[in-house]
Order: sequence, then C-alpha cells, then structure tokens
Amino acid sequence: MSKSLRGTAACVGVGMVGCGEAPGRSAMELLAESVHIALAEAGLNIADVDGVFAATAVHSMPAMSVAEYLGVRPRFSNGSNIGGSSFQAHALNAALALEAGLCDVAVIAYGSNQRSAGGFTSISEPMPYEAAFKPRNPITAYALAAARHMHEFGTTRTHMAEVAVAARQWANLNPDAFARGPLSIDDVLNARIINDPLGKLDCCLVTDGGAAMVMTRADRAKDRPKAPVYLLGAAMAHHHRMISCMPALTVSAAVDSGPRAFEMAGVARKDIDLLMLYDAFTINTILFLEDLGFCAKGEGGPFVSGGRIAPGGPLPVNTSGGGLSCVHPGMYGLYTMIEAVTQIRGEAGARQVKNAKVALAHGNGGVLSSQVTSIWGSEATL
Amino acid sequence: MSKTATLGPEAQFRAFLAEGKFMIQRAKDSGRYVFYPRVAVPGTGETGLDWVEASGDGVVYSTTVVRNRPEKGGDYNVALIDLAEGPRMMSRVVDVEPTAVKIGMKVRARVAALDGQPQVLFTPL
Repeated sequence: MSKSLRGTAACVGVGMVGCGEAPGRSAMELLAESVHIALAEAGLNIADVDGVFAATAVHSMPAMSVAEYLGVRPRFSNGSNIGGSSFQAHALNAALALEAGLCDVAVIAYGSNQRSAGGFTSISEPMPYEAAFKPRNPITAYALAAARHMHEFGTTRTHMAEVAVAARQWANLNPDAFARGPLSIDDVLNARIINDPLGKLDCCLVTDGGAAMVMTRADRAKDRPKAPVYLLGAAMAHHHRMISCMPALTVSAAVDSGPRAFEMAGVARKDIDLLMLYDAFTINTILFLEDLGFCAKGEGGPFVSGGRIAPGGPLPVNTSGGGLSCVHPGMYGLYTMIEAVTQIRGEAGARQVKNAKVALAHGNGGVLSSQVTSIWGSEATL
Repeated sequence: MSKTATLGPEAQFRAFLAEGKFMIQRAKDSGRYVFYPRVAVPGTGETGLDWVEASGDGVVYSTTVVRNRPEKGGDYNVALIDLAEGPRMMSRVVDVEPTAVKIGMKVRARVAALDGQPQVLFTPL
C-alpha cells in the first residue's frame, strides 16, 4: 500500500497568456510570462521557486531551458515528456517532491507559439514501423480509433459532433476562448474531411499559448492570496507509443489511470462536479467518459447527446471550451488543470459550475497513448 | 570490445523485405508470434525468437482515408491489419479505392515498393 499523497499539495496560483494568437512572441516568452502571472497570484516571487516542471514541443531538455530563462536554480526538476498529459504527470511528480521535501515551491509550465510560427509542430521522431505508410499523425491515429468505435458500437459522426457543439457552447461563455460563435451539428458534419471519419471541426484548434501553475505543500498553501486547490489524487498509465500497438483502439489506458486516481482521491464518480477531458479530437471525450466510468463502454455516443455535457446539462464537461474551442497550443493538458482550479475557486464567470468543489482533469498524450488522471478539490473536500 | 556479426531484428526484417519476404518472429517455447521485431518477447522477456514467413492472411482492424490534394498524390488508405498469426501492424490496403476499404475485410499481404522502399502492403481477397 502506497502512502497517500491525498491533499498533501495544492495549487496556489495559475497563469495563462496568449490564449489563441500571440504573434511576435516565442514559446519561451509565453511560458515565462505565464509563470510570472501564476507566481503573482500565489503571492510568491521567482526567487521562491526551487522546483521546475516543464514540457514543450520545441525544447528537447525543457527543465534546463525553463530554469535558465527564469533564473531559477532548482533543487528538483522534471522535464519528462509524455505528450499532452505531461503536466498531469508533473503535478503528481511535484506532489511527490514537495511531500519528500525535495522542493518547496514547484512551477509547472508550458509554452507554444505554433500558430504564429506556421502551424502544428512536433519533436516526435518518425515511428519506425508506421512512418512509411504516411499516417498524418496525430489525426490518422485518432481517426482509426474513431472508425473502430463506430464499427463496434454504432457510434455516429453526429454523436461526435455533439461533443464539438457542447464545447463551443461552453466556449461562448468564456471570454478567453479562441473559437467563439454559433456552431451547429450540421456545421461539424459538413466540414471538410481530414482523415475519415474525422472532419476539420472534429479536430482541436491550433493556437498559441503559455500556461503555468504553482504548487506548494498544504502547510504553506493556506496563507496564500488565493484559496488553495488541493491535489486529491493522480495516477498515470500508458500501454503504447504507436497506434498499431494499442491493445484495443476503443479502450484507452484511462481505464487504469482513472480507478487509481479515484482511489487516491477517496471520491466517487458522483462526487465529481465537472470533468476536463483532453479533447484533441471529438472521439476523445466519448472514449474518456467511458474509460473513466461515467458511462458504459460503447455508450459514450448516446451519452453525450441531447446536451448532457453542454452548459445547463447534468454533467459539465470541458467547461472552458476545451481543446476544440478554447485553446490548443499542441500540448493542452495543463489547461485542463487550470480550468479545474478556476472552477473550484468559483472564478469561472458566466461558465461557472455552481458549487464546484471537486473537478477531474484528465490528460492524454501521444496517440491515445499516455493517460494521466488528476482530481482536484477545495479545502472543504479534505 | 566484441563485434556482433548478426543483424539486429529491425535490420534483419528489412533485409528480408529487400528479398521480397514478409517474415515475423515466433517464440521457440511459447509459440507466440511477435511483430514488430524485437530482441525478446514484449512483456515476458522470452528469448529464442525464430524468423518464420508470415502467412500473409489478415483482416482489417481499422481503416482511414488520409485526404490529400491531388497535386500531392491524392487520397490514400492507412489501415491497421490483424495478422492471422495474432500481431497487428500498420499498412495500406491497395489496388482498391481507399474509401472502399472496410473494417473486417479479409486481405492478403505482398511485399511491394512504396516510395522506392520495399514494404508489406495488403490487397483485398
């Protein structure tokens, strides 16, 4: 039995900058500005930071690059890259390091200027037994998963369009969201097909953006300007790197990360007030609702229909507008945790989920590869 | 420092492809088939992997059409194929319209050139 990390560490500050388009600024500049915003929120200074956690799509050794840029000499750092879920893993690693006393103030940071720099960027190596067939990854991999889900369970493109429409409705309540305005099921269905069955509006945005989070031990979190939001549970799982090695395309490793995170958090699914599920593509939301146990396997399509996950529906999902309509600079995971914190603080404005106390922020990386589930709660949930 | 004369599994696989052969590995003790080629059976560590010719029989596990401008070569198929021996691999189903490739379709492998390199491609049975 592992020693529980439940509630031992908390987020005391978050920052975002350049959410959408930020021409003329580098990935590192966006990252660093976000860190300074998050530190100001936390009532802390860069000189207080002794733990650095970072991943980007432009730095091969991000912990060193980030620490150097900020002028931090970390006692502990972690720049491991497991794709878009890296930041959930960083939160788990930060909680471990904080609890062990290896650092006292941990910064988790990300930055990207991909939109202004010319489009989607990746530092991924070619996959040795796939590259010859020219999959246009990541979308080809997700299209293969969506096609299989449709085949096995009768999921339809309309079901997936429901996910995009719900995300847009949330985005329309979020002044920071990049894609706003009306969006209908037909708009999604009629958009240009990129990789069958996924069309342009089944795919996440390609934006710029920097994001950061500051974490401290619970004992140091209470005297900060903002109410601390505690990491109640977190867990990771991954089974493959190449989509051809995913054991079943309709079942992600979230079936493993989810139960472990719930066990650490000591909460049940009914206790979750909102879910932030990494929606790189519309099929993701359906898969993760199933794999995290919010509906039965195969029932995700009907489950998301009829506005269930949209504003006013019984299960708020991706309340920022998600990767589909709020922001997606390439590695979106940190944004799911920032929205969870914003909601639990009660600072989400028109999109605020009433009495939000517990939020699940799930990260996905690679081609449905790494799955990291984090669960956050207010002081009342400790 | 010793020098190993034999090719590693990846280079050996590609050398077989260059001879027009689609070879996969089979574990001596468990009889389990392995693809992609490894130095030991993934998850068990079992060594003693022999090369055997694949039957070439497979079934389309999933499929997509990568939409591509005509001036860039046009649309093409990318599929995941479940081999009769068990392992799954990425490939293309060719000699058929990319949109006509369906999940569950029975296909057969052949070694053919793709962009000048020998690869395992599949055609409908």
